[in-house]
Amino acid sequence: MDHLQKLEAQSVYILREAYREFKNLAMLWSIGKDSTVLLWLTRKAFFGHVPFPLIHIDTAYKIPEMIKYRDELALKWKLNMIVGQNKQALADKQTFPDGTLTRLACCRVLKSEPLKHTLSGEWPRYKLDHEKKEYVLDSNKESYMGVIVGVRADEEGSRSKERYFSPRDKQGEWDVSDQPPELWNQFNTDFSPGTHIRIHPLLDWTELNIWEYIDRENIPITSLYFDRNDGKRYRSLGCGPCTNHVESSAKNPKDIIEELRTGKFAHVAERSGRAQDKEDGGGLETLRTEGYM
Amino acid sequence: MIDMPHREQMNIVIAGHVDHGKSSVIGRLLADSNSLPIGKLEQVKESCRRNSKPFEYAFLLDALKDEQAQGITIDSARCFFKTRQREYIIIDAPGHVEFLKNMISGAARAEAAILVIDANEGVQENSRRHGYMLSLLGIKQIIVCINKMDLVNYQKSVYDAIVDEYQSFLSKINVNAKNFIPLSARNGDNIASLSPKTAWFQGNALIDEMDLFEKEKPDFHKPFRLPVQGVYKFTEHKDDRRIIAGKIESGAISVGDEVIFLPSGKKSRISSIEMFNAPFKSTAVSGECPGFTLETQIYVKPGEIMCKISEPFPKMTSLFRVNIFWMSPKPMITNKQYKLKIGTMSIPVFLTELKNTLDASDLSSDRNKQQIDRHEVAECVIKTSKPIAADLVSDIAHTSRFVIVDDYRISGGGIILQTIEQKSNLYHANTTHSKLSWEKSLISSQTRADRNAHQAMLIIILGELEIFNNIVARELEKFLFNSQMAVYYLGVSDNHLLNNSDSISTDERAEYLRRFAEIAQVFTHSGMILISTISNLNDYELDMIMKMNAPADMFVVSIGNSGIDSEKIDLEFPSHIDPSRAVFKITDFLRRSSLLLEYQLPTFRRMSSDTTISRSE
Repeated sequence: MDHLQKLEAQSVYILREAYREFKNLAMLWSIGKDSTVLLWLTRKAFFGHVPFPLIHIDTAYKIPEMIKYRDELALKWKLNMIVGQNKQALADKQTFPDGTLTRLACCRVLKSEPLKHTLSGEWPRYKLDHEKKEYVLDSNKESYMGVIVGVRADEEGSRSKERYFSPRDKQGEWDVSDQPPELWNQFNTDFSPGTHIRIHPLLDWTELNIWEYIDRENIPITSLYFDRNDGKRYRSLGCGPCTNHVESSAKNPKDIIEELRTGKFAHVAERSGRAQDKEDGGGLETLRTEGYM
Repeated sequence: MIDMPHREQMNIVIAGHVDHGKSSVIGRLLADSNSLPIGKLEQVKESCRRNSKPFEYAFLLDALKDEQAQGITIDSARCFFKTRQREYIIIDAPGHVEFLKNMISGAARAEAAILVIDANEGVQENSRRHGYMLSLLGIKQIIVCINKMDLVNYQKSVYDAIVDEYQSFLSKINVNAKNFIPLSARNGDNIASLSPKTAWFQGNALIDEMDLFEKEKPDFHKPFRLPVQGVYKFTEHKDDRRIIAGKIESGAISVGDEVIFLPSGKKSRISSIEMFNAPFKSTAVSGECPGFTLETQIYVKPGEIMCKISEPFPKMTSLFRVNIFWMSPKPMITNKQYKLKIGTMSIPVFLTELKNTLDASDLSSDRNKQQIDRHEVAECVIKTSKPIAADLVSDIAHTSRFVIVDDYRISGGGIILQTIEQKSNLYHANTTHSKLSWEKSLISSQTRADRNAHQAMLIIILGELEIFNNIVARELEKFLFNSQMAVYYLGVSDNHLLNNSDSISTDERAEYLRRFAEIAQVFTHSGMILISTISNLNDYELDMIMKMNAPADMFVVSIGNSGIDSEKIDLEFPSHIDPSRAVFKITDFLRRSSLLLEYQLPTFRRMSSDTTISRSE
């Protein structure tokens, strides 16, 4: 087995453990390359099927192509697609693009908060109706006890401290200094009432591994990652106002792999185009202990 | 070499006593192998200058803010770094004694280790403890770095003394260190290249020595083991394959091989190897996570181990002699129920005998202890509530490893050294007796299950409110009946048990329940699903019913507080759950557990128009 087959096998194992141990399980799909690889690995684990819902928190400021791509793939792969949103904050114009909040506060209001309340079922969930091809109010209000997330250890400092199965307390907060141990292929799948577990099948993957795998498996990825003849592309995707292009002429996964291995990005951090990281002292730790992914 | 299409990756853990310079060694490895993001080194140096503190390579790793404040690494962080040979994931294990569980988490996924000892301070408590833990975790390749040689003027005599002392410690625990290297992480001596300051040193620099680590060879030639993770059938997506999925922990298997599932003992033959978006294959080997279809339809559950009939089986018992290392502040004590996780199996377990505890830091042993304290390693006997299938560490390491869960957290880890012969217990005698007293049908339970299109089982619904349990049981019966299943509801209420008097004696109650268990056995042996509610059932009685009802499955539902040990409950609901919701969840669970998998169970939503049951939402 080569290194990608090993990474794949480990992720598949973790996904199946999650499916066996958690009756209320969901996966977060940010539409980016990592969680799309995670979605593909889910189809690997379950032989072409995705046996749990996918949740997307729509900040309303996502780059429009992302939403189009999400819905096309959801219909094609018959995904149980759930969308959550902080409609109140958007209506009250309490956001960074409205000029009323800092970037960090905006992340909290448009991402962390709706994520927490969508997972718990307190806020409305919108579910893709595959016949009508539109989102309808979801009647299921059960809270999700296991949440699969596509974070990678090499992204930034706080993510490098994660476990594969990471308990979160009743407020959704993460106690970095007191995490239970994880041994061999045994994970912490027990949890006390009111808490939930985040599951991280991609922890050992690097940005390069992700692109190598996308290339090998021919996984459909949003075209925002590629140069569309203007010498610019996104390396990491987020909200339009806080995500910058990078100068690059990479037009396909192979070009990107080359760029990451030996080219201009071999020594430049992936999230360098994400403005909120800089506001949080570079560590994202404040946001992440509060529930940011 | 950089353009090699598939570069090898290796996980390495760095261990050692606090302040012996582990983070500095990693910082140096990152910097000297040119693996840092552009500007990172300068950024950290600048930050040190602004805060008027001397720069250290360790600061490169201190990504978390509170970590920098404490000056110690608080969790196993991962760093990625490349050499000419391969890519490394370095797991930075903390040195502070409080954080041993983090070092263990890091080490349990490593293939090799670097252990750092301060030349000035010499071998310390955690130098030994970490060395011992590495051996228990199964890490066989270790490089020992004697760091901070600059503080002892690069003297060979200091280095030799530490090497001798640590070597003799390692030999006591049967570990062979691959090599010792004198280092100065601060000055970069012997990290990427050999330093003239240690001209007396005959070995390789650290990076070159790491490149000599060997990749773990897959256990192709050992007996095949696959702990079953799931039995999947995605009928709602018009997929009729029934797939057994798991990770091959050792050995190899091919289409046509005869297999047995343990502990149930059910047998079949491999019909196909299933993978998504991958070329067809007829053989799968250890390390892979494929799926399998079988030639005959047998009901197996997650937690069993699939083995090859032609190869040696794992041990089948409930008494094991083991090594346990304990990581929780709450000690492990005898006669308390814990949860054992081994392979994909979870089962109640008790510590029954403590033979010997060992302080991992100095190898002093204590034969008279009554409990295993944090950071101690013990040789002891554990007993599982039912026999399980497992291997000895000397045979197949992967399927000999287990963890112990206490209070929702993994609190200990261990390996199986030996199995212990068991005396038969009371239940065993009881159930053997009852089986002897009947002439048995010649139609197998499998044949019955195939015709009924569902497995025989006993579903017991327990909870505070008896009347409510009865409602759920009746609705479940109606739903399964309308779905063409052979099902019957028989409740045992207080009236039956009390027999018109205020109370019945324990003996009388036991006799009633024994009768009930015999009746239940007739139902399940005939291939039916029996649903029952029983007043005030306790753990002991539940065990008795389960044993008498074997080999049919028993499925326990608890609504609100039933007073039954949570390990015995398969599905738990709040006391206020809507009955139809409970029925939906039960059938969904049975389907997911593959107990109803063969039957095209209509979805609840569709059925709701045909029956009186409807979903609450």
